[in-house]
Amino acid sequence: MKSKPLQILAPGIADFRRDDQKAGHYVSDKKGERMVATHCCYCGVQCGMYLRVSGEGKVFGVEPRDHDINKMKLCPKGVTAYQQVDHPDRLTSPLMRDRRGDPLREVSWDAALDRVVSEIRRIQKAHGPDAFAVYSGSSLTTEKCYLMGKFARVALATKHVDYNGRLCMVSAAAANRKAFGLDRAANPWSDMLETEVILLLGANVGECFPVATQYFWGARDLGAKLITVDPRETPLARTADIHVPLRPGTDAAFCNGLLHVIEREGLIDADFIARRTVGWEAVRDRVREYTPEKVGEICGLDPTLIERVALTWGRASKAMAFHARGIEHHIQGVDNCLSVINLVLATGHFGKPGAGYGTITGQGNGQGGREHGQKSDQLPGQRLIEDPQARAHICKVWGITDDELPRAGTSAVEMVHQAEAGEIKGWLGICNNPFVSMPDSTRIARGYDSLEFHCQIDFFLSETCDRADVVLPGTSWAEDEGVSTNAEGRVIKYNKATEPPGLARPDWWIVCEIARRLGHHADKFQFSGPREIFEELRVASAGGVADYSGMTYERIEQGDGIFWPCPSEDHPGTPRLFEERFAHPDGLARFHPIEWRPPAEEVDDKYPLRLTTGRTVAHYLSGNQTRRIDALVQQTPRPWVEVHPSHGYANGDPVRVVSRRGSATYPALVVSTIREDTVFVPYHWAGKVAANLMTVDALDPTSKIPQFKVCSCRIEPGTEIDEPPPPPVPPGVRAYEEGIGADRGQPSTPQGRGTGQG
Amino acid sequence: MKKLLFIDPGRCIGCQACVAACRECDSHKGRSMIHLDYVDTGNSTAAMPTVCMHCSDPVAPCAQVCPVDAIPIDTNGVVGTASPELCIGCGNCVHACPFGVPKLDVPEMIQYKCDLCYDRSSQGLTPMCASVCPTDALFFGTEEELLAKRPAAQAVDVFGFGEQMIQTGNAVIAPAGRSQDSIPGGYSVWAEFLPEQMK
Repeated sequence: MKSKPLQILAPGIADFRRDDQKAGHYVSDKKGERMVATHCCYCGVQCGMYLRVSGEGKVFGVEPRDHDINKMKLCPKGVTAYQQVDHPDRLTSPLMRDRRGDPLREVSWDAALDRVVSEIRRIQKAHGPDAFAVYSGSSLTTEKCYLMGKFARVALATKHVDYNGRLCMVSAAAANRKAFGLDRAANPWSDMLETEVILLLGANVGECFPVATQYFWGARDLGAKLITVDPRETPLARTADIHVPLRPGTDAAFCNGLLHVIEREGLIDADFIARRTVGWEAVRDRVREYTPEKVGEICGLDPTLIERVALTWGRASKAMAFHARGIEHHIQGVDNCLSVINLVLATGHFGKPGAGYGTITGQGNGQGGREHGQKSDQLPGQRLIEDPQARAHICKVWGITDDELPRAGTSAVEMVHQAEAGEIKGWLGICNNPFVSMPDSTRIARGYDSLEFHCQIDFFLSETCDRADVVLPGTSWAEDEGVSTNAEGRVIKYNKATEPPGLARPDWWIVCEIARRLGHHADKFQFSGPREIFEELRVASAGGVADYSGMTYERIEQGDGIFWPCPSEDHPGTPRLFEERFAHPDGLARFHPIEWRPPAEEVDDKYPLRLTTGRTVAHYLSGNQTRRIDALVQQTPRPWVEVHPSHGYANGDPVRVVSRRGSATYPALVVSTIREDTVFVPYHWAGKVAANLMTVDALDPTSKIPQFKVCSCRIEPGTEIDEPPPPPVPPGVRAYEEGIGADRGQPSTPQGRGTGQG
Repeated sequence: MKKLLFIDPGRCIGCQACVAACRECDSHKGRSMIHLDYVDTGNSTAAMPTVCMHCSDPVAPCAQVCPVDAIPIDTNGVVGTASPELCIGCGNCVHACPFGVPKLDVPEMIQYKCDLCYDRSSQGLTPMCASVCPTDALFFGTEEELLAKRPAAQAVDVFGFGEQMIQTGNAVIAPAGRSQDSIPGGYSVWAEFLPEQMK
């Protein structure tokens, strides 16, 4: 228990933030200590770090590492990431239940794997191979991502495989493929230091990618102007040169408006357009309809602000645009990204230091995870599964025939809906937590509960694991090696620091073991470790768009990472793309005329406000990892609803947020930094306070990304604030209570609680 | 040229990486010496870290008032945390510090405060907080190193509290063009318009 200061002491005398229960537990024995060079497991920045390992082999601390990406910097999640490794909540044994509703119990690996294999066989025999689905994740190493795709398509012969990047940046991926013929950020972040203007749309960099801030502000220190576009005034927006607080769901209109002004003022790069692009005329004609007045109306902005941003961008000789989920999580997510790309293409800002474009990937290996064949429509190397040449290449690498290779499947959210409809009966999940992370979570739970069999692999018992029939204990990132590709397209290497706890086994071993026991093409899964998988991945990616064939583990570590494509061992990698040509066969980029469409759900009298969801700095995605770390829980113990003062609430008032799908009551965080017509709820928590109880599961028609960033809602005075449940734990482990049990006081700002309020 | 900490509240994004990093120190693992305050809640996402300013002239107030001389000051002016063998937990230093830095661990009755990560900084290494700070709101280096990165930065290292002027070992970056104005924690001695009581 935390000790409270004595009443006789002056205020503030003793309230520094203590954490004896967790961080204080990890103390060096000073004997045989060593440091393992690796990277952070969380966001797409992929900061370098050293894990401190004791003589007994326990990971007990962290040291900053001067890697080229982060230059020793870390965020609070990165500093405390190591505390996951030796955490009391870790899964240390396979778990199983005979019937839904029974408690999970510990079983042997044989018992668990035999059950998995017999259920796969039974379901596929009765309902066909496609009745069993694989749903993977992008916090896995690229080796594991590659293996999950191969496992689904070769061992299970199912077309139903997808990954949780579907909830992340697939809109940007699809837009990049359409415009450039390739899906990757165009520049290394260091290019920002040479630019004059940075346009940052829908990206709360200070909280979701804190360490990337050094590039944005490094540019500004050297004279660049920063323009932020977000319905909330984020930490970066606070001091930006121009902040554009637009209405959620109107991004494409805004970008069209910018291009309207730029075209009107003659600030386009006609030479670049003529030499390196096709399709400008259609875009020009389209944006001529988007006058600042019309756009101001749609976006809820002063038209002069649109003029100012357009002129600042248009007059720069070098400029860069970056975006993240804010513009991608929409039914018009792909269009939104294309409207940004139109702007960058029309002004010719590509292929130079200080000139370029990129999406900022949310998950650690979001980029690598979508490149090597666990995406429903792709094969390794960013190849399309419906492309005959791609199929032939991969069939040869895998030693199967074209008939045996399934066709394109469906996307993640669609697969859960198919489970609800009874089309998918069995499910293997790894590295995801859809009970928290998918939209309209009530319907998602219905989908999972309709399954005849559900197996989940993880290293903590997530809310999704807690409802599964079989839970298999995998490894944390510190217990295995492998590569990951950060948001720049730079491939880096995780190194193994310690052994998995108890009976936990590496994820690749688990998957190969299931394949071996299934017996279908079992010889294709005889891997002794990640290095062998990587060697096969190199061959599989060779000649593809995302070509890793010239990379080796040694080269990646020697050079602070390698940017793909890297087609041969003497190739230095490709930090900057599109210097001479784009990746379409003719080398030209494509313009796409974009018409703004309203979001899937418009506001009305009953639901007059827009709800937008997002992240806070102390937590990560579904919170399965971060809701168990005391430092992070103390910083931000619970979700809140962020509302504008004009609604008349006071801080801490219980406010019920109601959408057409669900409701929850949060403490109000009253801030003037959010639009009056918009409320915000962070989505990291589960149960009654899950933000996704309210969100809408409308999908982008191309990328199938859910419209997380806007749905209509109303707010009303609540009676009692809903409490976040403690994260689930395996049988026999005491539920984690420190920090949240003792004190769930609400955050005083979007970034959490100050130390003086602990 | 001396390396010191430059604290720039204008760059702080309030992420608390410094707080998390501070509690990783082997000598006070689990306790953060850094105070992170959100300074205008409701109107702004602004935040500010407070670390020990390592006052040099006059002698650090915390050390001055310590009845048992438990607070060491090294030849480079680094003001240490109270020696656990000597500290009697009286709390004088807590009240004397104009920046509100030292804290008392009540069950242990021992003072703790930032010692500039003495094990690191005395070897020329960067303190944990400045090492990890994503935005260089906490920057450790010489003035030249700072200006190379931020040509426009203006640092202030003298503060007035009432009539008492204090020269500090660490510095605070004033907002652009405003190093003559009042800054958080006190006033610059160069201020043109000092409040009445300071003239």
